[in-house]
Amino acid sequence: MTEIHRSIDVVLVGFGWTGAILAHELTAEGLQVLALERGGWRDTPTDFPTTHAPDELRYYWRHEMFQETAQETQTFRNRRGQTALPIRRWGSYLPGVGVGGAGVHWNGQTFRFLPSDFLARSHNQERYGALPDDMTVQDYPVTYDELEPHFDRFEKLCGICGQAGNLQGDLRPGGNPFEGWRSNEYPNPPMEMTFSQDRFKASARDMGLNPFPAPSANMSRAYTNPLGVRMAPCTYCGFCEKFGCGNYSKASPQTTILPVVMQQSNFRLRTHCDVLHVNKDRDNTRATGVTYIDAHGQLHEQPAQIVILCGYQLSNTRLMMLSGIGEIYDPATGQGQLGRNYTYQVMSGVDVFFDDAFTNEYIGAGALGMVVDDYNGDNFDHSGLGFIGGAYIACWTTHARPIESQPVPEGTPEWGSEWKRALQQNFLRHTSLSVHGASMAHRENYLDLDPTYKDRYGRPLMRMTYDFTANDRRLSEHITPVAAQIARGMGGREIKVNALDAHYDIWPYQTTHNTGGTIMGETPADSVVNRYLQSWELHNLFVMGAGVFPQNAGYNPTATVAALAYWSAHAIRTQYLRAPGPLVQV
Amino acid sequence: MLQRRIGKRVFLRGCLLGATALVMPSVLGAREYGGTNMPWAAGVANLPHDAMHAARFFTPEEYEMADAITARLIPDDDTGPGAQAAGVVDFIDRQLAGFYGRGQRWYMQGPFPEPLETQGYQAPYPPAGLWRAGLAALDQHCHQAHGQGFAALDGPTQDDVLKGMEKGEVDLNTTDAASFFDFIREMTIEGFFCDPVHGGNRDMVGWHLIGFPGARYDYRDFLHHNGAAIDMPPVSLMGRPAWNAQQGQRGTGNRKGAR
Ligand SMILES: Cc1cc2nc3c(=O)[nH]c(=O)nc-3n(C[C@H](O)[C@H](O)[C@H](O)COP(=O)(O)OP(=O)(O)OC[C@H]3O[C@@H](n4cnc5c(N)ncnc54)[C@H](O)[C@@H]3O)c2cc1C
Ligand code: SF4
Repeated sequence: MTEIHRSIDVVLVGFGWTGAILAHELTAEGLQVLALERGGWRDTPTDFPTTHAPDELRYYWRHEMFQETAQETQTFRNRRGQTALPIRRWGSYLPGVGVGGAGVHWNGQTFRFLPSDFLARSHNQERYGALPDDMTVQDYPVTYDELEPHFDRFEKLCGICGQAGNLQGDLRPGGNPFEGWRSNEYPNPPMEMTFSQDRFKASARDMGLNPFPAPSANMSRAYTNPLGVRMAPCTYCGFCEKFGCGNYSKASPQTTILPVVMQQSNFRLRTHCDVLHVNKDRDNTRATGVTYIDAHGQLHEQPAQIVILCGYQLSNTRLMMLSGIGEIYDPATGQGQLGRNYTYQVMSGVDVFFDDAFTNEYIGAGALGMVVDDYNGDNFDHSGLGFIGGAYIACWTTHARPIESQPVPEGTPEWGSEWKRALQQNFLRHTSLSVHGASMAHRENYLDLDPTYKDRYGRPLMRMTYDFTANDRRLSEHITPVAAQIARGMGGREIKVNALDAHYDIWPYQTTHNTGGTIMGETPADSVVNRYLQSWELHNLFVMGAGVFPQNAGYNPTATVAALAYWSAHAIRTQYLRAPGPLVQV
Repeated sequence: MLQRRIGKRVFLRGCLLGATALVMPSVLGAREYGGTNMPWAAGVANLPHDAMHAARFFTPEEYEMADAITARLIPDDDTGPGAQAAGVVDFIDRQLAGFYGRGQRWYMQGPFPEPLETQGYQAPYPPAGLWRAGLAALDQHCHQAHGQGFAALDGPTQDDVLKGMEKGEVDLNTTDAASFFDFIREMTIEGFFCDPVHGGNRDMVGWHLIGFPGARYDYRDFLHHNGAAIDMPPVSLMGRPAWNAQQGQRGTGNRKGAR
């Protein structure tokens, strides 16, 4: 029998980065807010204290903090016509589970998108002419200027460490000269750079490029955020990406919001509650709440006045599909919006091996790096290049964890004595550059429901059809050589270029930057949600996360995800609560 | 509308329920926090994984083969001890006996058609089953091709067999040789470089080889090394033998009792 709970003002589905932000914003408005999280509670001293956080096998390779594929996974194929098979163990990306979501084990590389990234179609068409028909790129229905105050809030919440390049229009030496204007300097100074970044910076400068310290959510000094929550200086422990921080040094929901929001009298969190679908009224105009299942297999119905999906891009998209909200995209006809414009990130890299110098890369942090943005977005002339968008090139020193990091030069065998010697020689004398590229939407890259594979409740898994596009390849072929040139200038013995794979492969880890599927747009004919992340169909349903990106830029997504969450929360607070209904009329 | 019907119908069948009723929320299988009930408690931390349990998966024959294979992948040579000294086979044996071997966290429902190269792990069984089937087929192959089992072959012949597997040229019946090889290599590396708390990397031999200082947590004093070598002995989550030796004890970092 389904247990029916008392109705609540707001139910949040998922309690990671966006869930925490919305919980704080909406409890501040006096609403009764309930968060439902499918995983368990997690906090720093209990779950990842410094005494056992640095455990590579447990956390990364045995997925201690990641969603179990047994609970939810996707099926994957490169293109239509192939048979998609389930992802049985995560590789390419690592969805988070539990309180804090992927915000617990992210790196903290916290970039704002460029102003032109929000105008991907109009800006590029104006400058370079029509885009190919199969590129379903479109503008964001919100501008950089509108989001600026919200980027600023997230940076202050997290205590982002960096150096402004464009302070209210004034270009600042040492910062990123290409960034959009900033109303304020970063709340904290950049992290301290180490050997590899120094070499990268010198080489990039020699080439006339503009290196700047990466904006980082790993603290360069002690910081107290506007909510009064305190963070400690990062110790460069090298167990950051894919790990929880035992030091209170990495901004996460745990270290920025939860100590406050958990104690609000109008907030409740229920863990081990897996939301199965959103319920709707007969007229298909309002969500009435959600149905979830608890760890004992008991079904519950939670009625709510407002439903907000905060379950990460993959889960949000599938929940919409399973709830029958909107039409699922069909690439054959181009009909349907749900699942359309799935995009990702286009990655390549260059290894640098030194002979006489030690890089000691175990001294690292998730967002310790120097970056050049000269080849990102539309910061360079694309005339005649046959692609739009770009990539940042960065020298990150995030870690040298020995199961994951096995740097050996080109031509080394993969095992045996020769391999062992090469690893011994190069492990501490290696660094790498990454090329972190934009992913432009294509009509053949999309999400829908799988016809064969079911989850443990018998419901279809979501199917991903995705491969790198001509735009991705040209982008990567153009920019990777620039990274190689910087790498050569760093004074090592040799370099090794790791080009973009011929086809997207679901196994090697790339990034957990899955985007699109529930995209935002101008009308119900081009999107799933409007500019306030409000469902076109059910006006009291809001959808957070990178699923709303019409396509992905050449940056990590979370600052933009968070800015959009604040922007949406602001619209709920100032407009929706006064007059519940569609916030955009069409 | 159609999707909604599909979603609902399948879901109802899966859960075998028909009725709903308004009852007091018991929140049995869930936990609710808020008000006066906070989820944290002072002085409580969860413990490191106890990976040292005695459970074993391999039969003696499988154990011998796995030991021989991993010894070729990471040999004992002039650079230092290899997989055998690190206890890699014991690590793998324990892993296969536990949740990882059972594929407990993995989606393992069929069907299992021939996969594309880009589709990742698609063996029709979890890691323990893959090793069992793979080792049996490998043994059979060695008997057919060389007249004896893998463990009895000389080193160079073993290497040839492994190279054949790596390239997918060896026929292992239903097991895909190249993916099995990749999986063996992956677990061998895990066993050589994991924290000794998991039963591999005995005496931190893997970390000594490459100069990894292990489970340390604060490198601020070394940030400005400027390319110089840093001499820092490794430390495990279990501590370091030298620390315990100071107290006149045998170090727990010494993998005593791990066989
Ligand atoms: C290893 C790693 C490194 C990363 N590094 C960076 C980086 O450096 N920079 C950057 O910008 N981004 C990075 N990211 C991405 C970043 O973590 C995400 O963008 C961010 O966490 C997204 O926030 P979210 O609220 O959408 O999802 P999450 O923070 O993942 O939260 C989603 C939550 O919802 C829960 N949930 C899902 N479905 C349901 C359901 N049906 N019912 C109940 N609960 C549900 C999940 O369990 C989870 O806790 C990284 C991610 C990973 C995994
Ligand atoms: S590198 Fe810094 S922020 Fe990251 S986990 Fe370690 S101490 Fe925390």
